[in-house]
Amino acid sequence: MSDDEVKKFLYVNRKAPYGTIYAQESLEVVLIGAAFDQDVAMAFLDDGVFQLTKGQDTKGTGLKNFSPTYRALGDYEVTKLYVEQESLDERGLTLDDLQDIQYEDEDDDYAEKPSIIVVSRDQMASLMAEQDVILSF
Amino acid sequence: MSYEVNGVTIEHDEEGYITNLSEWSEDLAKVIAGVEEVEMGDEHWAVVNFLREYYEEYQIAPAVRVLIKAIKKKLGPEVGNNKYMYELFPYGPAKQACKIAGLPKPTGCV
Repeated sequence: MSDDEVKKFLYVNRKAPYGTIYAQESLEVVLIGAAFDQDVAMAFLDDGVFQLTKGQDTKGTGLKNFSPTYRALGDYEVTKLYVEQESLDERGLTLDDLQDIQYEDEDDDYAEKPSIIVVSRDQMASLMAEQDVILSF
Repeated sequence: MSYEVNGVTIEHDEEGYITNLSEWSEDLAKVIAGVEEVEMGDEHWAVVNFLREYYEEYQIAPAVRVLIKAIKKKLGPEVGNNKYMYELFPYGPAKQACKIAGLPKPTGCV
């Protein structure tokens, strides 16, 4: 596939993980879509930042805890998870509250590198402006 | 629809994937493999065990290309390649091996 056929896809996640099905559906679509050799990234803002938090426990809700699946995204070459700083701040969260999500960089002797990139609201806006396709969940 | 293992009945869906993942055992794997006409050798078990570990860690069954890449890393390129993996599991290494491993169908499989 030539480079000009590759589009930039951004999956935007704005909702808490378990109140609705959006977070899980988004993750599933990303995993399926990753097979199509596009440039895929995910963005987490508003309550969406809760999707990446550590120590999620769904016992008692009857729902599957799918948070470990975010750590598999690197295997699917989804290595850019943009998290908005202001959304973290507004919820009293820091990067330490989020899972340590890494990917292996094949071009750098399989070095493990962090997938989460914290960006400001302004940076998030310019990031969105660069995309070919934005899917909102 | 169900499998019979050592006198125990284990429910499966219309495609043969077990309904309750906690009911899996090696004996059950052999029964499912029998239905699938797969003779389980060491390499088959290595793939099945890898899939179970992957599911335990990430809560998903990996897509076939992810599986093959990981097996290549773990067992070397003689096993971890498309052709050989399809020889081990003729109906698709992810699809068929997941069924034997007692996991759901891999995400994105139709």
